[in-house]
Amino acid sequence: MQRALLIDPNTCTGCQQCEMACSYHHEGNFNPSKSRIRVFKFELEGRFVPYTCTQCDEAWCMHACPVDAISINPKTGAKEVSAEACVGCKVCTIACPFGTVNYNSETGKVDKCDLCGGDPDCVKACPTSALSFTYAEEAGMKKMRLWAKETDKGGQVENKAYTEEDIAGYLDQLS
Amino acid sequence: MPWTKKLLRVDLTNGTCESEPLNMDWAKMYLGQRGLATKYFVEECDPKVDPLSPENKLIFATGPLTGTAAPTSGRWSVITKGALTGAIACSNSGGFFGAELKNAGWDMVIFEGKSPNPVYLNINNEEAELKDASALWGRSVWDTEDMLREICGDDNIRCASIGQAGEAQALFAAVVNDKDRAAGRSGVGAVMGSKNLKSIACRGTVGVQVGDPMKFLQASGACVKILKENAVTGEGLPTYGTQVLMNVINEAGALPTHNGSDVQFDGASKIGAEAMAEPRETDGKPNLVSTGACFGCPISCQRVSQMDPNHFAVKGKPKYHGTSGGLEYEAAWALGCATGVSDLEALTYCNFICNEYGMDPISLGSTVGAAMELYKIGAITDNDTGGIALEFGSAEALCKICDQTGLGEGFGREIGLGSRRLCEKYGHPELSMTVKSQEFPAYDPRGIQGMGLTYATSNRGACHLRSYTVASEMLGIPEKTDPLTSDGKAGLVKIFQDLTAAVDSSGTCIFTTFALSADDIAPMVDADLEGEWTSDTLMEIGERIWNLERKFNCAAGFTGADDTLPQRLLKDAAKTGPAEGKVAELDKMLPEYYELRGWTSDGVPSNETISRLNL
Ligand code: SF4
Ligand code: SF4
Repeated sequence: MQRALLIDPNTCTGCQQCEMACSYHHEGNFNPSKSRIRVFKFELEGRFVPYTCTQCDEAWCMHACPVDAISINPKTGAKEVSAEACVGCKVCTIACPFGTVNYNSETGKVDKCDLCGGDPDCVKACPTSALSFTYAEEAGMKKMRLWAKETDKGGQVENKAYTEEDIAGYLDQLS
Repeated sequence: MPWTKKLLRVDLTNGTCESEPLNMDWAKMYLGQRGLATKYFVEECDPKVDPLSPENKLIFATGPLTGTAAPTSGRWSVITKGALTGAIACSNSGGFFGAELKNAGWDMVIFEGKSPNPVYLNINNEEAELKDASALWGRSVWDTEDMLREICGDDNIRCASIGQAGEAQALFAAVVNDKDRAAGRSGVGAVMGSKNLKSIACRGTVGVQVGDPMKFLQASGACVKILKENAVTGEGLPTYGTQVLMNVINEAGALPTHNGSDVQFDGASKIGAEAMAEPRETDGKPNLVSTGACFGCPISCQRVSQMDPNHFAVKGKPKYHGTSGGLEYEAAWALGCATGVSDLEALTYCNFICNEYGMDPISLGSTVGAAMELYKIGAITDNDTGGIALEFGSAEALCKICDQTGLGEGFGREIGLGSRRLCEKYGHPELSMTVKSQEFPAYDPRGIQGMGLTYATSNRGACHLRSYTVASEMLGIPEKTDPLTSDGKAGLVKIFQDLTAAVDSSGTCIFTTFALSADDIAPMVDADLEGEWTSDTLMEIGERIWNLERKFNCAAGFTGADDTLPQRLLKDAAKTGPAEGKVAELDKMLPEYYELRGWTSDGVPSNETISRLNL
């Protein structure tokens, strides 16, 4: 079964260890500017949000590439860029709606997340478990479980329905 | 390639930037950051130099671990002769600026001279250039960063700037990076202001190499694991932040209150970690929004706070309605306990403007506390303050006077002198809670005896971050000692001072030492650097750095007589709490400390010590 990278911004602290792990894996040094995963700080909200390629099935980048340099790794499902084939035309960076394919001026090729061949280093480096690598088909299970627990509370208390505050409070907690 | 092996020398007078190879003999003896930059500083600067003159130098330094995957690798320092203290100053900061500077390929930047007009330094990897900052002058740290992003056309730059306080040369002005991280103490921001240097805007994409990556990742991974499993670094600091200490220290009767008159504060529970997390009565939202980390840090002690938009201090001022760096324990103590103010929102506001205008909240709060006492005894009056009723406990007065200090206006200019000069000016030097002109922080030595020696002997003036014996005396790390006794504290202080100097110089955070020993840290340094690095090497380097700083201070005119504490701590016994009846027993510790240090009875490093340490 294929796995997917799952991001939980609620626990991210913005430490950039994921960026260092990524750049070390792909570039051999610690260089956040070359990381395929990037952490964004939203200053006024006090939020830290990591973002990277989500490996679309019908990947825009892959379909757009004129030289078929981007292909699916059948084992991991990752869309991988072949450095040999890439001609650096940057069409994929235009095609990707999420901006997760980027040009590397040092190599003249594009870089994107390749899930490290199926065992992503960013996940291992994250000290807060804001990143996890879970079975794609079960990616929602953790959130479902949380909701199930919450839903069950209604049944446990006789005659007690949810108040609006309860739900608002819970939603606050999640968001 | 652990050090980048090059430094940037910026001549502000002539407007030039030159790359220079790092002195590798010194690097091996002083490691980096605090140690190595101090070595450069003492070699190049006359100890008698006026801190605010063009002849003083200002160094921004990273360590060999800065920018690597080592846990807490975001630390960097500003080294100069302190405007507040006239002593060697090394102000340490976190955030992201340091790692960016390292990623741009620089171990340090040395500024010399004085620019004829306001400038900022733009670093883009190996390119460095001084640029006109006339449009930035007069702006806050926050506006400066926003404007620089626009001017450089790059959202990814990291900045370290001064705000209006640094421009006005308030003697405790800070250098603030990433909008809410500060090289806060000793007035390094005033030195920057005196040089007409507004900011460093840096972008680095070169990357950071380590000597032996496999060994390095193993060693740093082991350290991360220890940090995660430790109660303080894995649970206390991430969950509650440093503010967890507020109630603990209050109960221990070691919370200096009302300018050091009391050792306990009845408003403590309203301004600590618990209060920050509780929903406010006014709008039902908590002050604490999230927690943040510095670069590479698994501990994430930073608090991110958001104020009640209807609080009097920020009502109708939308720029304070978003989040910013929230109260840390020292700031909450200084702005709150020293002044007797228990309005959490008011303290948060003052902390925000410390970030915005670039001020050290510890010195600011303590100086306002001193002014309040001067006001109480009538040594300053409404005439002096321009009508601000500087009463202990007044949140309104606190907010107003902090505003004025940040902007260099009104009575704020007098506050900007720091507590020692203010109290002298108004005829009551005994009311200044300072050592070597620097305000002491949030631990009363009457209740935590080791901190008395820590403050008295700190090379940069009173400070907790030179030997945090609170770890041992209150938290039992590495071993519990009795806070009420001075026995054995001399040795404790020495070990903490040496270890801290080494950790600072590596480019990592002193908070790691709640969990990591020199034995844990050494393998990271060893895998990073050429040569052999053991815990003994690190401790020896720490001791060398400590003595180098001391030597500089002696040459600058400090003597053993300056290793003292405010009379209040030495003579007036604590009135309440577990330390009731106790004074700070400095005289019982100091001679033993000098002896352990290998210093003469006047506190001067002996010739043997100097040659033993290759100074
Ligand atoms: S390593 Fe984890 S906590 Fe740190 S920035 Fe990345 S996702 Fe966030
Ligand atoms: S422990 Fe706190 S101060 Fe130290 S590096 Fe981590 S977040 Fe920064």
